[in-house]
Amino acid sequence: MSSRTAAITDSIREQLRIVIVGHVDHGKSTLVGRLFHDTGSLPDGKLEAIKAMCERRGMPFEWAFLMDAFQSERDQGITIDTAQIWFKTRKRDYVIIDAPGHREFIKNMITGAASAEAAVLLIDAAHGVQQQSRLHGFLLHLLGIRQLAVLVNKMDTVDFSAARFTAIRREFTDYLQGIGVTANYFIPISARGGDNIVERSPAMAWYEGPTVIEALDSFQPTRRPTDLPLRLPIQDVYKFDERRILVGRIESGRLMVGDKLLFSPSNKTARVATIESWNATGPVIEAHAGQSIGITLDEQLFLERGEIASLETDPPIETNVFRGRLFWLGREPLQVGNAYQLRLATREVRVTVQAIERVFDADDLSAKPAVEVPRHGVAEVILRSLPLLALDEGRHIARTGRFVLSDGTNIVAGGIVDMEGYPDQRELVTKRSRNIYKVEHRVSAQARAERNGHRGGVLWFTGLSGAGKSTLAMAVEQELFRKGYHVYVLDGDNVRYGLNANLGFSPDDRSENIRRVGEVAALFADAGMIVVTAFISPYRADRQRAREAAKGNLHEIYVEADIETCEQRDPKGLYKKARLGEIPEFTGISAPYEPPESPELVVDTRVLSVEESVAKIVDYVEKNFSLLKVNRGETH
Amino acid sequence: MDHLDQLESQSVYILREAFNRIDKLAMLWSLGKDSNVMIWLARKAFFGHVPFPVMHIDTGRKFPEMYAFRDRYAAEWGLKLLLEECPPVEEVDPTLPPAARSAARKTLGLKNAIAKHGFTGIIAGIRRDEESVRAKERVFSPRGDTGQWDFRDQPPEFWDQFNTDLPPGTHLRVHPLLHWTELDIWRYVQRERIPVVDLYFAKNGKRYRSLGDKDITFPIDSDATTLEAIIMELEVTRAPERAGRAMDRETEDAFERLRAAGYM
Repeated sequence: MSSRTAAITDSIREQLRIVIVGHVDHGKSTLVGRLFHDTGSLPDGKLEAIKAMCERRGMPFEWAFLMDAFQSERDQGITIDTAQIWFKTRKRDYVIIDAPGHREFIKNMITGAASAEAAVLLIDAAHGVQQQSRLHGFLLHLLGIRQLAVLVNKMDTVDFSAARFTAIRREFTDYLQGIGVTANYFIPISARGGDNIVERSPAMAWYEGPTVIEALDSFQPTRRPTDLPLRLPIQDVYKFDERRILVGRIESGRLMVGDKLLFSPSNKTARVATIESWNATGPVIEAHAGQSIGITLDEQLFLERGEIASLETDPPIETNVFRGRLFWLGREPLQVGNAYQLRLATREVRVTVQAIERVFDADDLSAKPAVEVPRHGVAEVILRSLPLLALDEGRHIARTGRFVLSDGTNIVAGGIVDMEGYPDQRELVTKRSRNIYKVEHRVSAQARAERNGHRGGVLWFTGLSGAGKSTLAMAVEQELFRKGYHVYVLDGDNVRYGLNANLGFSPDDRSENIRRVGEVAALFADAGMIVVTAFISPYRADRQRAREAAKGNLHEIYVEADIETCEQRDPKGLYKKARLGEIPEFTGISAPYEPPESPELVVDTRVLSVEESVAKIVDYVEKNFSLLKVNRGETH
Repeated sequence: MDHLDQLESQSVYILREAFNRIDKLAMLWSLGKDSNVMIWLARKAFFGHVPFPVMHIDTGRKFPEMYAFRDRYAAEWGLKLLLEECPPVEEVDPTLPPAARSAARKTLGLKNAIAKHGFTGIIAGIRRDEESVRAKERVFSPRGDTGQWDFRDQPPEFWDQFNTDLPPGTHLRVHPLLHWTELDIWRYVQRERIPVVDLYFAKNGKRYRSLGDKDITFPIDSDATTLEAIIMELEVTRAPERAGRAMDRETEDAFERLRAAGYM
């Protein structure tokens, strides 16, 4: 859209959206009433109308009634929903969002707070820091609000005690530090009396910091992220006339006519032919973050809502699994295995909760593993989708690094993306040379199998380090060889000496390591051999790719042992080193392990001895690979 | 981007979400300044088109200037105009005070129109700053099968992710102007040169600040004969916008009851 600033009167003032949060009854609505009155922002007659209403009902006047305009709220004495109103200081206009403190109404608090640029958190001087004070502090952090003033209210009820103020400040500062938040200000106030709101309080001469209004005026409006990489989520495709227009809002970065765009996750590219507009003064050639735009491309691509356009140089991450740090609003708890609708920018896709890594206790902020996330809980969970998603790290690009979940018709969660420990899968789907043509063998798989007496295939062992993969692989190889099978083991450490000597242990390298092993194993299997692979292979997506490489002829064998057992065995001393921090991103300690969902065979090495485990696997091979009716052991 | 650019971009985003996600969509056109701005924003969002019907719920008691305005701009802007009549006042809840009863005819008219056309989404030009009850609204606001609004239990709405999936028989109200103020509207009207009904400009020391039915809407004292003058007047006024709308203040909860029952 064109900006025609010249035509606008110079009286348009800066505006800042603030949210007021805190425990119920800590004085939010009173503060709002006071801010309005003391800044002279009340419409004529409003104060009188409410005073008259109080008189009619025979109840004492409360500043909070200004805010609680609903009759039902006046009856209940609590703010039900988030309401938005305006007040002015000399510097600028404020939109205040009053967020209810009552626990039941957390969804309304989030609705209000999510759009704020700065926050005010109230703590009652007499009651001190309460559970909701902590939870609200945590939610502000998750919502990405980085400007915070903590007001210690009702100082009149503690005789304006400097010691009491300092104690609360210390306690809450410690808490905020634990979640990586720093408050810009702590201000002692009495909202009812107007102390330190607009006027300095003579009763608290010991306080030398800013008043509430001075603190608010010092906050900065959110700047549109024009300097970050371009992200343009496609909202819709219009064909009202001969033009095919892609529309959407630029969430970050900027875009110019002629730019080559990469669309993710389809990985198609095209150049921007035009930026379309209506009622603009001239052709538009450039657009930036915050603008809702429409573009045409130089090529007719089939693109749908949900794709994210970027420049080729700095595209979003592609993945089908990620960690979300989320708050849960659903009536039913969030549980592992449940499926929800994920919405990230304009993309919508089904996701399954693969794991709940930890649930945060709002009281002491300790993180615990748990099987479910209760209503209003905050947790880190692993979400998985079938198709690839395009997304960003929440801390890198907020608007394409956050998501909501819905269940049925309502939004039940909001969260931010954390990709630590998970690889970008983009290269794995795009890096394919185009000039390759398959040559058909003249020896068929059937002919090879008949000569060998068994089919070829991959036995893919997966499990934690120390679960017994290498031990079992070597024993199984020996036993199958004895029985006349053509068999060979690809072992993790051995492969890294040669084929994969150039790879490290970053998520990307581990992923590539497994990709190569999967391809080599598939060639062995195609050659008619039984190949046993012994790799941790922690990511489900990687194993799925190996399965595809083997064209279905892969048998996933889960060598199962829990982390405690493995750490106790620790045959190579690796866990010890990982615990000491000497090995970064060690599976099970500092990087995730995703157990198979439906392996062909599970071998639980906590229960079975090595001999029993080998027998179980060999028996499986005899049943599934041998062409001979009788067991080989007896015929040789 | 200045403040008006930001408001415009946000409203365009909302309108495009509504068009993408709602099957049977219509926009309400009250012929007032706000809904004119809304139509203008739709033409921006859809590059000169308004790809859904524009509906006037007619009480039959508007000012003649308003009907003339409607007929002229429906043609000029190429709107798919739907005219829906309101039932007589006898069909309205008799416990409401008289002016509110008159206004409630519009609620009934809207309800009938939704049923007749099977609309699942209605775009309405309400704003948070108009009235304290409207301040509680969501951008996408679900309505029950009888059109009622459950303001006590509204779904969460944040990060521009709107609740757009609904059970059958219910519909969504979409509010693309929710974040605008009265001043924003006039500044945008001025910037974009959007036509408005003449009644907003002062004649003989009086002008209408808000337009409704002629029998329950009253002019305010004003000498503002131009857009510039209206903007200057609003920058200093402390009188509420709907002061001339009798139905809002007959009793303390009249407007709240109207809204809960499905009024715009």
